[in-house]
Amino acid sequence: MIEVENLRVRFGRGKGAVEAVRGLSFAVKERETFGLVGESGSGKSTVLRALCGLVRDFEGTIRVASEAQRRTRTDEFHRLVQMVFQDPFGSLHPRHTVDRILGEPIAIQRLGNADLRIARALFEVGLGPSFRFRYPHQLSGGQRQRVSIARALIVEPRILLLDEPTSALDVSVQAEILNLLMRLRRERALTTILVSHNLAVVGHLCDRLLVMNAGRAVEEMTAEDLRTGAPREEYTQALLRASEGYRRL
Amino acid sequence: MTSPLLTVEGLRVSFPTRTRVVEAVRGIGFTVGREKVGLVGESGSGKSMTGRAIVGLVPPPGKVTAGRLMLGDVDVLRASARKMREVRGRRVSMVLQDPRFSLNPVLTVGAQIAESYRAHERVPRAKARDRALEMLRAVRIRDPERVHDAYPHELSGGMGQRVMIAMMLAPDPDLLIADEPTSALDATVQMQVLAILDDLVTRRGMGLLFISHDLRLVGAFCDRVLVMYGGRIVETLAAADLERAAHPYTRGLLAALPSLGRAGEPLPVLERDPAWLEDQR
Repeated sequence: MIEVENLRVRFGRGKGAVEAVRGLSFAVKERETFGLVGESGSGKSTVLRALCGLVRDFEGTIRVASEAQRRTRTDEFHRLVQMVFQDPFGSLHPRHTVDRILGEPIAIQRLGNADLRIARALFEVGLGPSFRFRYPHQLSGGQRQRVSIARALIVEPRILLLDEPTSALDVSVQAEILNLLMRLRRERALTTILVSHNLAVVGHLCDRLLVMNAGRAVEEMTAEDLRTGAPREEYTQALLRASEGYRRL
Repeated sequence: MTSPLLTVEGLRVSFPTRTRVVEAVRGIGFTVGREKVGLVGESGSGKSMTGRAIVGLVPPPGKVTAGRLMLGDVDVLRASARKMREVRGRRVSMVLQDPRFSLNPVLTVGAQIAESYRAHERVPRAKARDRALEMLRAVRIRDPERVHDAYPHELSGGMGQRVMIAMMLAPDPDLLIADEPTSALDATVQMQVLAILDDLVTRRGMGLLFISHDLRLVGAFCDRVLVMYGGRIVETLAAADLERAAHPYTRGLLAALPSLGRAGEPLPVLERDPAWLEDQR
């Protein structure tokens, strides 16, 4: 479904240039959930932004549904691929109602039947019809993230890209959103890429994962390998230890 | 443990708004001695406001009332502004969440550490510089001379947080309040910063009030845990007994954490009981 070969992304030019992604390759099969894990600056979010077309200048090959992607993406591409961002406070227009936020992708994709689609999308993410004409500031963080998910799914994509979808949320709300994502993924037969710094979240949701550091792949493994505690690379082991919590010396 | 470093009884923080009074903290009491105490809760539980009330820095129009709010023998609610300036730094210091917003961007690191030190000791500049370098070494910064002359934007998040800890420890306080000191940091850096905090607190025999949303982290790091919900402390327990928590809120929080052990299953969702908000009698 998604193939990435030798992806490189460079920001800036000359001496100040930063290579955020330095030759990364991976493939995600249909209906699979794939995790990208790493710390700040590892390039994991840049990979996702290159995939969905927000980062235009890249080298290497990105193939989505067997089609090689270039600088610009078509409307059909965005019908196929949608993204949910990290910060539900920054990614919804503060002066648009939920209705207008959800109506925009329908208008762009000329899907029609907006009224019915919006009502259904709200229902699917567990928000009642009473939320439809509210503004983002009237919603909690978890409710906003539900709106973001509804906005992504309203065009019925087959691929969902998630960039730290729960890291701005409280633990109890994170559990609700993770459950929602697992249910939608099953019902919609989605192919998903999840970017996160949290190994527990990735291990919980993903089938396979790729650990990144400084723009390079450290190791690729199955979630099963992660559970049985068998990462080969020292870097992954360090991440795993840190995720298990603080230990007194 | 002789007299506690911090005594809180019946602390309330409220904010009047146009239509009603919002109570952020609704009558809590606890003490902190020379130990590590964790104060845990989700957004809006009142944990940060508790920390701010203790150092006398609740922003207006917030109102703080308490039966007793004592830092050692100083009554925080009755102390003059002048007295409070002396108390902050000497008796109590506070480390804030994000070094990018809490350090002054136009002053060098050294100048900021020296400032906090010289606010309490009348010492010549050269001595303050020595002290700043000593503090940077204490928080395990490898190249203290370079970091001393650097500006905050030239440092990574982990370094910035160490600088803030150095700054807060320079006047040698009895009690350190750390409000989400590691939440903005990567997991591996987080562990390093915690190890430094742990070391310093133990070696200097200080008290630590560690405010965090991360129940597991607090359970592993602190000696005692206070769990806050809706402006109240719903449960107090020894960190070692965390797995045997009795309150449904604490248990719900623990269960809601994804773990590698039971991946793929739906997570138990926390059902909030309105009774948790009612007055305990």
